[in-house]
Amino acid sequence: MAGIIGKKIGMTSVFSAEGKNIPCTVLEAGPCVVTQVKTIEKDGYKSFQIAFDDKKDKQSNKPEKGHFKKANTTPKRKVAEFHDYDKDLNLGEVVTLDLFSEVKFVDVTGISKGKGFQGVVKRHGFSGVGGQTHGQDNRLRAPGSVGASSYPSRVFKGMRMAGRMGNDNVKILNLEVIKLIPEQNLMIVKGSVPGSKGSYLIIER
Amino acid sequence: MNLMSVAENAFAKETKFPEFSAGDTITVSYKIIEGTKERIQNFRGVVIQRKGSGITETFTVRKMSGSVGVERIFPVQSPFISEIVMNKKGKVRRARIFYFRELTGKKARIKEKRMITE
Repeated sequence: MAGIIGKKIGMTSVFSAEGKNIPCTVLEAGPCVVTQVKTIEKDGYKSFQIAFDDKKDKQSNKPEKGHFKKANTTPKRKVAEFHDYDKDLNLGEVVTLDLFSEVKFVDVTGISKGKGFQGVVKRHGFSGVGGQTHGQDNRLRAPGSVGASSYPSRVFKGMRMAGRMGNDNVKILNLEVIKLIPEQNLMIVKGSVPGSKGSYLIIER
Repeated sequence: MNLMSVAENAFAKETKFPEFSAGDTITVSYKIIEGTKERIQNFRGVVIQRKGSGITETFTVRKMSGSVGVERIFPVQSPFISEIVMNKKGKVRRARIFYFRELTGKKARIKEKRMITE
């Protein structure tokens, strides 16, 4: 699970060699700085903390500044932990898009767009109860029955109901890498990724 | 959006089609692959609109097939377009001439723009 932190830039479409129009997403991936190396002796497990996206000095507090100063870098907005890189990384080392130079498919994790309070039709794919006609009233997008009556006299846990939708951690597996532009740290993948433009993503190979 | 255009420019190909806009009559030569064979189909009509920008730009061409109007949307960057020939340069006041769809018969004509040819 070696990876890099990135940012969603936007979506577009490109033509493949066969002439198919492929929807794709443009991601800004890295460069990230290794800000902490966790070892089994000290932390109980081995991993590398990397950070992405500079932020202003005045936007960070003293503990933050000190943490990033250990790696000899400026404060960053987003940090994440990874393990299993090809080689052991050192504190202050820069991880770039080269990590993906021979990779065909990547997994992308992000926080999906928040949809607010949604009904069961949108949130769980229910098909509603009634129709629009024949004198039906307000049952079109209703959830229907939530269970039997005297037994069990309660609603089972996990019953799918209306509620907050979106704003979840979502991982999309096996997105095809279409192109890498190392000069601008851009990666173009086939399909869509979670979140809005400018949101942070974890890109794993 | 700067990074977006960097990414798009990496895929953009040079198009050597004549510049055309809404109101112009053009012929689009479009490659069609049937099994293993490839042939070219011509679609001649009036450009209704150009939409989008960069590598996702498209244009709509409308023609009358008998009494039925037929519209086709082509991506400008489509690798299947082999040629675009400008037949008539039309004089219209709008960038998107949707009113043209309702016009039939003698009304469905577009004034031709006179071009100075060297």
